[in-house]
Amino acid sequence: MLRRYSIHTILILAGGLLTYLAYEEMISLYILSVLMFMGVNVIMSTSLNLVNGYMGEFSCGHAGFMCVGAYVSSILGVWLFSKDKVFGAPVFDPELALYAFPVLILAGGVAAALAGLLVAIPSYKTRGDYLAIITIAANYIIISAIENLGVIGGSRGFMGMKSVINAMEDAIYLPWMVIWVFVFTVLTVWVLRRYVSSTFGKGVSAICQDEVAAEIMSVNTNKIKTISFMVSSGLAGVAGGLFAYVIGYVNPGSFNILKSTEALVMVYLGGMGSLSGSVLSAVLFTILLEALRGLGIIKWIVIPLLLVILMQFRPEGIMGNKELGDLFPWLKRFYRFK
Amino acid sequence: MIAKQQDIQTAPVLEIKGLTQNFGGLRAVSDFNIALQPGELAGLIGPNGAGKTTVFNLVSGFYQPSTGEIRICGRPTSGLKPHRVTALGVSRTFQNIRLWNDMSVLDNIRVAQHGKLGYGFFHAVARSRTYQTREAEIERDSRELLEIFHLDKYADEVPKSLPYGLQRKVEIVRALSEKPKLLLLDEPAAGLNSVDVQELIRLVRWIHETFDVTIWMIEHHMDVMMELCERIKVIDFGETIAEGGPVDIRNHPAVITAYLGDANI
Amino acid sequence: MLASLLQNVINALQWGSFYSLIALGYTLVYGVLTLINFAHGDVFMVGAYIAFFVATFFLTTLGFPGWAALALCIPLTMIVTSLVGVTLERIAYRPLRRKGAHRLYVVITALMCGLILEHANLAILGASRKAFPPLIEETVYNVGGVAFTNLKIGVIVTAVLVFVFLEWVVTKTRVGMAMRAISYDKFAIPLMGIPLDNIIVITFVLGSGFAGLAGLLFAMSYPVLEPYMGALIGWKAFIAAVVGGIGDIRGAFLGGFLLGAVEIMVVAFFPSTFRDLISFTVLLVILSFKPTGLFGIAKTTKI
Repeated sequence: MLRRYSIHTILILAGGLLTYLAYEEMISLYILSVLMFMGVNVIMSTSLNLVNGYMGEFSCGHAGFMCVGAYVSSILGVWLFSKDKVFGAPVFDPELALYAFPVLILAGGVAAALAGLLVAIPSYKTRGDYLAIITIAANYIIISAIENLGVIGGSRGFMGMKSVINAMEDAIYLPWMVIWVFVFTVLTVWVLRRYVSSTFGKGVSAICQDEVAAEIMSVNTNKIKTISFMVSSGLAGVAGGLFAYVIGYVNPGSFNILKSTEALVMVYLGGMGSLSGSVLSAVLFTILLEALRGLGIIKWIVIPLLLVILMQFRPEGIMGNKELGDLFPWLKRFYRFK
Repeated sequence: MIAKQQDIQTAPVLEIKGLTQNFGGLRAVSDFNIALQPGELAGLIGPNGAGKTTVFNLVSGFYQPSTGEIRICGRPTSGLKPHRVTALGVSRTFQNIRLWNDMSVLDNIRVAQHGKLGYGFFHAVARSRTYQTREAEIERDSRELLEIFHLDKYADEVPKSLPYGLQRKVEIVRALSEKPKLLLLDEPAAGLNSVDVQELIRLVRWIHETFDVTIWMIEHHMDVMMELCERIKVIDFGETIAEGGPVDIRNHPAVITAYLGDANI
Repeated sequence: MLASLLQNVINALQWGSFYSLIALGYTLVYGVLTLINFAHGDVFMVGAYIAFFVATFFLTTLGFPGWAALALCIPLTMIVTSLVGVTLERIAYRPLRRKGAHRLYVVITALMCGLILEHANLAILGASRKAFPPLIEETVYNVGGVAFTNLKIGVIVTAVLVFVFLEWVVTKTRVGMAMRAISYDKFAIPLMGIPLDNIIVITFVLGSGFAGLAGLLFAMSYPVLEPYMGALIGWKAFIAAVVGGIGDIRGAFLGGFLLGAVEIMVVAFFPSTFRDLISFTVLLVILSFKPTGLFGIAKTTKI
């Protein structure tokens, strides 16, 4: 019993505790926002790891999909549930935002998953450096396209998401963003874990290790690539949507190559092909970013330098391609790492 | 209708007609023809660069033929991607062992059955009944197969930690896990010492007797060929130069010339 | 009509020259090391800033006349920028090469070095943009309705000369032959008695030196410098090199001009905000049909 439900219990307790502390305002808003960014980063890092780590590709434009999700969720939310300058009166009763919110985030995810096809389809025939360029181009194309859509603010950005959150809090007063970020983060790790630990998901590793053998030994490589890219970008879209609502404002410039680089850093820091590694590195990286915030621009010298040093002395990252269960076998007593 | 079904049942396991393959200006395979009946153990030999592996690659679907037709159990393979060709009932090993080196031996066997998993992404994530049943079946079948070949104690090892001879065996077992009608073995004895070669001969013979499978083998090792194959085809520069039983081939002048240069030496 | 077309052609050639010069550097390094030197665009930026300091020094501090400052600026910029490139190679890439590290790790290191260069610049020199001092009198010629300056012509001529020089080096000199040999088989080279490290250093010297030259010319043509100027141009030049067929300098050279042409055409017909969007899309489309680039050779997998 303990083994089967230990993780579930821990997660529910943690989530409940967090919600309670946020509700009672016992944690500062600053710490809450850092925790929420941590969640967003966990989603970005684990979703990119699926493609860059497990499948061994080199996707450098992850932020582009985050952008798609951010914009689609934000626009839908503001259009449907709040009064604003661009879209006018809300289409539905703002009170319904409470129930619709997960749908908004998932809609952003679906849109981002479709955008992922931009990269999935070229990946059938190309790999490595050439695919990297396509992902970079895709990132720029997405940002550029939004910058040209003046109707939703173009490069100036889009806002109004705060009123959606207010509508949610008016209906039932709870720290909704904290709850939703927590839920989606857990969901992301859960989905990815179940995908890659199944025999179906091991096809992804097979493609990474020997694509030709995989194709000949009955793995439908194109289908697996499509699924993996779409899941990866879809989850990035979810992260984007959550990011947009947490901040309350989006602009295309915040999803450029620098943001994609952040995601790359987290994946390689944690270890390609290690889900627990990506979670760990996302947490560490968020803390690092906050700790270095005082240094201003030096931050962006320290972080790349850290990664350079990492590449020199421990390129496989913190966890290599192992999971927590491999490093700490005693954990297996408490949880069935399947 | 009944006649057609019968056709497919008595159809040769592998039928190749007029197969020609050009790579740019180079003709790698020239007018290759063969029909393998169910249960045969045939061989394909020839000097290096003769085009043998190219023929196997064409049968696997890795290349599309320039001209000619390939049928597996009566079904044409033209235009099919390799994983679909495999679904028609063919499986193979490779000249250089192509196991997935960062996955356990058991996983190697399991992933080879990817085409017959019977569930997809959503079932995997939801851990549905279908998923659980199929996963249990595949694990059970894979472990049984490993046991039959005395590889069960290596189930959780990674291939690169095994001796070369064992890796070769694992690769063959992996190919068998797909329950093929046609098993292609590409130079299975390559890189094996003489003890392992004898073991390999025993293994292939045992597979041939125990499983309902047609085996087609490329080999350079003459002992292996002579001991195992009932019928051998010889090609050189993409063209068929001889065909027949082991004894005929051994003494065939064209074969000797192809390997040694001149029959009169 | 014809005048306007010719005008666009001249502009495309000038604009494309910058991409070509940078793309050549990418291709040289890729050909030899199979490394996408993501820091290359930032080396270009460093070149522009070095040119700025050198030019200001000679022009303002020492009071030299413009042409003299230019004459000194060219070699000095190229030399110092080469040094930057070579230092990057020594400190960041060579240790990984020694260890036999996976290519991916070197690529990531390159990406990070680029970021470090950008932000070090930002930290040291601040966010304010620098104005490049005018070194030569820009005379505008007007031939049949087509306007061009001596500077524009100079840029185009320089790009062509650099290409001719590099083509000569790669095909006719022993160093070039060694470079080509390395791109085929890196392991055999030391066995043949060719000093691998030296050839690689020479490759970086050439690539970075010409990136520096591109930086100087760019600063003269568009005299506003800012730390992120190398990033976007670098990415685009890189894509241009790939579209042309990376590893082949003819591909890089033509790819640069192709990108220049696409961008100028786009700006001629669409609002300028669409420029990046359409250029990247065009490049993506070309890569989808010819994944190894226009001049690239497709590598077949053997099994």
